[in-house]
Amino acid sequence: MRILRQLAGDRRSVAMILLVPILVITLMYFMFQNVPHRPGTPTPFNNACLILLGLFPLFVMFIITAITMQRERASGTLERILTTSLRRLDLLVSYGTAFSIAAGAQATLACIVSFWLLGFSTAGSPVWVFVIAIANAVLGVGLGLLCSAFARTEFQAVQFIPLVMVPQLLLAGIIVPRALMPTWLHWISNVMPASYALEALQQVGTHADLSGTAVRDIAVVIGSALLALCLAAATLRRRTA
Amino acid sequence: MMSSSSDELLRRGVEPVISIQHLRVIRGKRPALHDLSVAIARGTITGLLGPSGCGKTTLMRCIVGTQIVTAGSVTVLGRPGGSAPLRRRVGYLPQDPTIYNDLRIIDNVRYFASLYGMDARAAHAAVDAVGLQDHRTALCANLSGGQRTRASLACALVCHPDLLVLDEPTVGLDPVLRVDLWEQFRALARAGTTLLVSSHVMDEADHCDDLLLMREGHLLAHTTPAKLREDTGCTSLEDAFLSVIRRSTAPAAG
Repeated sequence: MRILRQLAGDRRSVAMILLVPILVITLMYFMFQNVPHRPGTPTPFNNACLILLGLFPLFVMFIITAITMQRERASGTLERILTTSLRRLDLLVSYGTAFSIAAGAQATLACIVSFWLLGFSTAGSPVWVFVIAIANAVLGVGLGLLCSAFARTEFQAVQFIPLVMVPQLLLAGIIVPRALMPTWLHWISNVMPASYALEALQQVGTHADLSGTAVRDIAVVIGSALLALCLAAATLRRRTA
Repeated sequence: MMSSSSDELLRRGVEPVISIQHLRVIRGKRPALHDLSVAIARGTITGLLGPSGCGKTTLMRCIVGTQIVTAGSVTVLGRPGGSAPLRRRVGYLPQDPTIYNDLRIIDNVRYFASLYGMDARAAHAAVDAVGLQDHRTALCANLSGGQRTRASLACALVCHPDLLVLDEPTVGLDPVLRVDLWEQFRALARAGTTLLVSSHVMDEADHCDDLLLMREGHLLAHTTPAKLREDTGCTSLEDAFLSVIRRSTAPAAG
């Protein structure tokens, strides 16, 4: 696929996509090494690693998709593609698939390193962590495609990252658990897909079998991703002024 | 309006490839095209000439289907401009060579081929047709201006369109390359493709069968190079064009 070929040609980006999560997780491992923790509870590293494994795909895919799509709009290649027989849905699906494959590669490497080398463990099966990571990646792609429509320049596209991603991640409960947040923040976090993504991860971390809550959360994440993709399709106009 | 070879063909009953009636386009808050009506016959090379900003690109985008139209109709090959069945039959070369810089030439053309549902052989043929077969694995970021234009042209040719809409394909190219390109356009026209080529270099008008002269969103004349010279009494087409402008603004002033 063309998009993957473009990405593959950019070796530095490929290296960054594949290696940065591993580096950050390893960094956290060493950071937490000497932090004391109560025996019988998961280590702080375990908690942090779980969050990172799940949310890195969301974050990274959002950035990559938003900027790539922005470039296509600005350079005129998007308009040119829309004059061909390609349907808009096909274009979105091809973007979604290409970036999801990239996200899959990233998640695979990150999971392998975490589970085997760094001693990360979850009560539930690692397969579910992987599945949630991929679902998050697709969500990131959908949100990225949607937000790229609102950015006129790459500069603006980049600034969407702190605008859209950071509040969502904070409200999802990575620093302060959602239950402890003031009510109005709790309400806002209820409509953010990232909150459900994080909850699904925590469920897998603490339960051996896939709990009902986790299944519901994964469904919400995938549903949000599809919704974002549909809205993004609406922003792909063939005729512009 | 002076008559053109298109008009003669149409009078003989040849169906127009492009038929535009009372087209009006407003961009931003300003009108880009005012009540434009024109018909273009099959197999002709029509030059769309006029100063920068006169609406050439807007008109081309209306034909190709990427421009929001305020009023009027654009019919291409019997269907509304931009409708789905037309997209394989109309090739579009935008003003800036819109190809992917981080891909090789052959990858770019193969990608556009796949968008049109054509196979890799069509892509190879298109690259050969524009004379880039020795450079097919070159990265597009490293190409010269002329090579980039030709690569972009290959992407437009790959679907063997019936109508080719080329927006300023020769801008910034040296005379040798220009002659080369126009020869290719002539060859395409002889094979039955209709071409609409825009330019703001008046001297290129000699290569065309028909000329559409535009200024500030108005169609000043639809004529042939020979008739234009006759009617204005100028040998240089640039002078002829300026004379047409003066004539069209004189009644308003007087």
